[in-house]
Amino acid sequence: MTAAVFFGCAFIAFGPAFSLFIFTIAKDPLRVIILIAGKANEGLAAISEEESSPISVREMAYVAGLGFGIMSGAFSMINTLSDSLGPGTVGMFGDSQYYFITSALMTLALTLLHTFWGVVFFDGCERKRWWVIVAVLCLHLVVSGLSLLNPLYVGSVPPVYVIMLLMAVWAFFSSGGSLHNLSLLWTCRKSNAETSS
Amino acid sequence: MANTVEDIENNMATEAPVPSQNQHSEPGGTGVRSRGGGGGTAQNGQPPSTASQQRPAQVVEGDEDEDEELTLKYGAKHVIMLFVPVTLCMVVVVATIKSVSFYTQNDGQRLIYTPFPEDTDTLGERALNSVLNATIMISVIIVMTMVLVLLYKYRCYRVILGWLFLSSLLLLFFFSFIYLKEVFKTYNVAMDWITLAVIIWNFGVVGMVCIHWKGPLRLQQAYLIMISALMALVFIKYLPEWTAWLILAVISVYDLLAVLCPKGPLRILVETAQERNEPIFPALIYSSTMVWLVNMADTGLGHRPHTRKNSAETPVTEPESPAAPPPVVLGPAPLSPPEDDGGFTTNWVGQQEHQLGPLQSTEESRREIQQLPSARPPVMDDDDEERGVKLGLGDFIFYSMLVGKASAAASGDWNTTLACFVAILIGLCLTLLLLAIFKKALPALPISIFFGLVFYFATDNLVRPFMDQLALHQFYI
Repeated sequence: MTAAVFFGCAFIAFGPAFSLFIFTIAKDPLRVIILIAGKANEGLAAISEEESSPISVREMAYVAGLGFGIMSGAFSMINTLSDSLGPGTVGMFGDSQYYFITSALMTLALTLLHTFWGVVFFDGCERKRWWVIVAVLCLHLVVSGLSLLNPLYVGSVPPVYVIMLLMAVWAFFSSGGSLHNLSLLWTCRKSNAETSS
Repeated sequence: MANTVEDIENNMATEAPVPSQNQHSEPGGTGVRSRGGGGGTAQNGQPPSTASQQRPAQVVEGDEDEDEELTLKYGAKHVIMLFVPVTLCMVVVVATIKSVSFYTQNDGQRLIYTPFPEDTDTLGERALNSVLNATIMISVIIVMTMVLVLLYKYRCYRVILGWLFLSSLLLLFFFSFIYLKEVFKTYNVAMDWITLAVIIWNFGVVGMVCIHWKGPLRLQQAYLIMISALMALVFIKYLPEWTAWLILAVISVYDLLAVLCPKGPLRILVETAQERNEPIFPALIYSSTMVWLVNMADTGLGHRPHTRKNSAETPVTEPESPAAPPPVVLGPAPLSPPEDDGGFTTNWVGQQEHQLGPLQSTEESRREIQQLPSARPPVMDDDDEERGVKLGLGDFIFYSMLVGKASAAASGDWNTTLACFVAILIGLCLTLLLLAIFKKALPALPISIFFGLVFYFATDNLVRPFMDQLALHQFYI
């Protein structure tokens, strides 16, 4: 296994999460703290009741979800990555040759899924839509169950990505996005009613 | 121990006595000093309430809401300003542990403070030896703190300053030479003695200048992080495993007691310094805004706020010695690495005093600063937002030591290292949050070290086997 495998898998698994971190979180120290110590949510929830809250519930949901996703991804992937730097042969005993790349892809999917689940879950709690919460939990179980199909990768990786895309759309709409916003984005026009997510 | 230093420093101003850890030099050596900086109290220099009582304009008196929000944002910024150096130090230590095998080898050497070996026949014997080792270490720390207090009480400033100087000298030259040598060995780099001598000489001299005198802020911070990492590495190498964990636990408890109990050598130190209206010798303190000290020296403004004191709320009325952490008690000079002086060595203080006139109320300023929630940034005349935070080097050292030990000892597992790292950051966050809430000096070690220890043992024994199996079959949860 080579450095190419190491860097490739590392970037696949953690690239989007870290770019999200750098572009949306790193600038605001409060968000960094929530990312790491999500328990600050309660304290901040109290504060966000006030008029000028330092951080909105949606931001908190997003940041907490991303934090969970990064930690979950790191815990799944980091030992595998460190092994990929050392000597060895992949799939020596008839195992799949695609171990590293599929691990990286699954980690990426799970990281993003955790982020979206965080957003949707918080939204469900805020609006007291219990079916949302149940759906999020069930989807999580489904994704984990799909991973039980490994090493039959065709049965696990594409469905998980499909679910991830669906969740992305759901999270986008539940955090206030709309087709109108998207069209504004494409046409680069500013809108008065910009929703923040 | 380092923690105590911090506490001491912070505590110098604070009423809560800083655990003597800071003051006492680590058995391992200089580490004590640096540790002292961070010890115990929330470094941010939460001055004890006494300080606040002494200074009228201590606390920000804004609207409650604004105050809370400001505190939160302010606190958040300071927490981040501490996250980065703590993370850097831990990264350096973990990277070294994972690549340079010297620091994980058991050469059979031990520090004189931990004379009992741990490679015994029975577990019971091993446990007993580690308990004895930890006891000896803590006693040494307590004794060194007493010595420091006595020295300070009887005005033997030169001894303390000399000690600090020797400590940093030892650390910057000797330990970094060993480190460089081992790194070269690991990567099989050929190096001639002349080049090596030139490198070490420059590194050491610039380090001494930066730490004890003036220097660019980033360089100073970098040196402090480096010496904290060196100290942590020394501890990781020379403390046997069970002893190290025990020492971490005991030091956190000690820190907690020393900061929160009314009686203690550090408290006496602080009170003495307050009585005399003198600045306490700067110990090893990491400051994120030391640059103002340089400015102070240049401008000689008397009303510059003390670094310890931060605050917009408290108008600084007298020149304060920058970061006058309590004198770092290094303990036996050769054994303790001099890191204690988080940059504010006695020379520095001397310089300041010379230029600014007698520095006053270090403790007071410290208290004030400590009173302020969140790290206390040095007060700037103009900029409220640019306050820095201070953290004792002792805290750096102990945090890094925990994470380094986790990465060295845990079956080569990265999950454990990561878990300890996050645990320490969460502890630091919580400590600063508590500081903002209670507005008095709090020990910085206990929460982080407690979380770190819990996470280490839980992850290594419960999570690791589980995650190994999951990764083996590529199950994702």
